[in-house]
Amino acid sequence: MSTPYAKLPAWADYGLIPLINLLVAFIVAGFVVVLVGENPFRAAIILVEGAFGKGTGIAFTLFYATTFIFTGLSVAVAAHCGLFNIGTEGQAYIAGLGIAIVCLSFDTVLPWWLTFPLAIAASALVGALWALIPAYLQAKRGSHIVITTIMFNFIAASIMVYLLVGPLKPAASQAPQTRNFLAGAELPKLNWIIELFGAKIRSAPLNVTFLLALVMAFLVWLLIWRTRLGYEMRTYGHSPKAARYAGISETRIIITAMMISGALAGMMALNPVMGDQHNVAIDFVSGAGFVGIAVALMGRLHPIGIVLAAILFGMLYQGGAELAFEMPAISRDMIVIIQGLVILFAGALEHMFRPYVQALFASFNPRSVGMEAVKEKGA
Amino acid sequence: MAQAAIELNGINKSFGAVRANRDINLEITRGTIHGIVGENGAGKSTLMSILYGFYQADSGEIRVGGKPASIKTPNDAIALGIGMVHQHFMLVDNFSVLENVILGAESDALLKKSIAKARSELNRLEREYGLDVDPDAIVEELPVGLQQRVEILKALYRGAEILILDEPTGVLTPAEADHLFRILRQLKEQGKTVVLITHKLREIMAITDTVSVMRQGTMVATRETKKTTVEELAELMVGRRVLLRVEKGEAAAGAVKLSVKNLTVRDTRGVTMVDDISFEVRAGEIVGIAGVAGNGQSELLEAISGIRRAVSGSVMLDGKPIDLTGAADPGELRDRGLAHVPEDRHHVGLVLAFEENENSILGYHDDPRYLKGPFLNIDAIRDDARDKIAKYDIRPGDCRLKTANFSGGNQQKIVLAREMEQDPGVLIVGQPTRGVDVGAIEFIHKRLIAMRDQGKAVLVVSVELDEIRSLSDRILVMFAGRIVGERGPETTEGELGLLMAGVEHQEAAL
Ligand SMILES: Nc1ncnc2c1ncn2[C@@H]1O[C@H](COP(=O)(O)OP(=O)(O)OP(=O)(O)O)[C@@H](O)[C@H]1O
Ligand SMILES: [Mg+2]
Repeated sequence: MSTPYAKLPAWADYGLIPLINLLVAFIVAGFVVVLVGENPFRAAIILVEGAFGKGTGIAFTLFYATTFIFTGLSVAVAAHCGLFNIGTEGQAYIAGLGIAIVCLSFDTVLPWWLTFPLAIAASALVGALWALIPAYLQAKRGSHIVITTIMFNFIAASIMVYLLVGPLKPAASQAPQTRNFLAGAELPKLNWIIELFGAKIRSAPLNVTFLLALVMAFLVWLLIWRTRLGYEMRTYGHSPKAARYAGISETRIIITAMMISGALAGMMALNPVMGDQHNVAIDFVSGAGFVGIAVALMGRLHPIGIVLAAILFGMLYQGGAELAFEMPAISRDMIVIIQGLVILFAGALEHMFRPYVQALFASFNPRSVGMEAVKEKGA
Repeated sequence: MAQAAIELNGINKSFGAVRANRDINLEITRGTIHGIVGENGAGKSTLMSILYGFYQADSGEIRVGGKPASIKTPNDAIALGIGMVHQHFMLVDNFSVLENVILGAESDALLKKSIAKARSELNRLEREYGLDVDPDAIVEELPVGLQQRVEILKALYRGAEILILDEPTGVLTPAEADHLFRILRQLKEQGKTVVLITHKLREIMAITDTVSVMRQGTMVATRETKKTTVEELAELMVGRRVLLRVEKGEAAAGAVKLSVKNLTVRDTRGVTMVDDISFEVRAGEIVGIAGVAGNGQSELLEAISGIRRAVSGSVMLDGKPIDLTGAADPGELRDRGLAHVPEDRHHVGLVLAFEENENSILGYHDDPRYLKGPFLNIDAIRDDARDKIAKYDIRPGDCRLKTANFSGGNQQKIVLAREMEQDPGVLIVGQPTRGVDVGAIEFIHKRLIAMRDQGKAVLVVSVELDEIRSLSDRILVMFAGRIVGERGPETTEGELGLLMAGVEHQEAAL
């Protein structure tokens, strides 16, 4: 007996069920909107229009999505190796330090296209090193990675606060942030792509890191399903005993997977720091690491799913901001509630509707149930 | 004519292209023990899963107690008095026996009442059927045989009149299996109906009243057990004559390939499981290690194959030592020509969530044949997997199918194919035919003997005495972590049985 409930066809598994979950999340959110005395349909329209209606909205949505693609990929890579990296937040935050060092040193001398690769390397390196310590403690000392990565989030936050109110702050400034970068560390915007489709954009932060995120999504797919290292990570993720039997070193695989995860988390910092604010400021990550967990879960740990889920969350961020602006009764906190509902239904309660969908399929056509989703994720 | 407890009429079930059950008709008489046998993948578990509500038939009718029944979920089955004991137990390890039994069948919101009621009910069941288990024992601390009794108690507690057991003896020691059969007989005397799936034809002969044979999804025959023989059943299952005991010539033992000296291994709790063991395996011979499960065989295999750290002693492979400090890398041992078929194929030998072809390189994924630089050479891997599927007749022959969807015997063939096809100098095999059908047993035994005849050193550990006796050129008996005797293959089962029970050992100690 393998599975008590047989599997659904792939399209239902990857398409229909997430859609149902999302719909339910929005219905429940609609009730909340009714509770505060607003019209939920108008709210929905404002939200979607805010995110996709105008060129500027789309650009903002994709800007947020960029951030979530990185953190989602980071969480997914660790998860494929059976590790729950909750430290994405801290790894991204501390990576801001690496970027700051590169940008502050070179923005006067190098053009952006030379600074950018250096900053990519620095952010990845710092993020990876920040993940290395919890990974080492897990592999060698058995300290649980969930606990240590959470603690490392706090340590990262403390270090960054210290640096941003002290050594990294220009002497004359009052704000806890670095000096603004010069042109040599400002990334080009991508708004022209959206303008190609005829939309008008006022000013939006969408920048070349979006393309980097898509490249990374492809590389992660390649890593997980097409390389020997990915094979070893998946083996360990499914069965540490089988990995031991196969001669895969536990220490090596945990450390490697966590460092890759940390590097991806670190690269997230490029988007707001070099693409938008042009400085490193306090709390620039602002929860994107945790959203990455939801994105990875909702994307079912597959890069394509993660890109789609990241766009969804980008939409919630951007559309939510519009909504808070347009409907005074709906505050910023309400938006967080709606986002929370999406996480609840799409992530945590992922399997709630599965049995019903399966029963429905079974009554239509008994043969389709039990048909294995033979094409396991992407492989 | 006695009344039918269950009637199945025209049951069909397909998984994609695989027709697991076709037009199955079966009648199970109330108050009997009904055996079902068949090759791996014949569709036995599928049929029982349909009866228990895990799967739905594509078409066909189920009647329980003469009335048509619609069984959509296991709860429907339980309501109809059908209980099932799974091969892989579904117990909560850190709950007590009592808590496990009432789990999901609590009669009251307050646990206290349910527990009191359950306790008296359990007492009654224990008395009636000889199902002794301490109700307050924690399940994970119980041996497998007792855990299985908890599963049976669970079913009876829910009012099961019909009990389905899917390969219940695969994990049991012979003594535990005997006890299980006593329990089953008592259940029958009390008027319960038992459906028993097993690959061990001897068990079928010993305990069932009627036996049905399945082959490739169809029901090919139903016989009164008294009127059939093991040979006939084997032939019905496989569709040809089966050698129940593979013939082999004299061994031509050559140089020592594997030598174990004064090996001592402790388990994670610090208990000595392998106690100062020494032996050798030569090229061209099969050495069998007999013993009741849990006497250190598993730890011995794990230490030799580099998975578990040894406390002291030495192991030499081709005259060169193996690092036993736990730093030993099973991958390095593979490179040196030591292949290992582990006892636990589900958690160690295979990754069930992988596609078949991904498992066919597990442990050999460093081999340049399967790689293109840092990338997997997917085409080479799949071609190679397809070759093995053909050569070892693995069914269904789809290398992209998820491994969990292969039947037990075919999963075992996946592991064997992988390890044997690497052409190792030394092959160590734990429980080569656990859960495997007679046809596949014959095949696997032939392969092992062929390996021997090619001059490989083969070490086999099995709890099946029959298997040890028909394969081995020399038999070592393990008891309580020690080797208590070495015998030839002609030794009687009785003598080996006594050695395995530690009888001679105790006498010697006196
Ligand atoms: N969920 C599933 N998806 C696809 N194929 C399946 C699934 N479950 C079983 N099968 C296939 O159906 C066939 C019958 O399998 P089943 O498990 O019923 O065999 P079995 O007779 O119990 O074998 P064994 O003796 O090895 O336990 C096999 O070919 C198996 O691979
Ligand atoms: Mg079965």
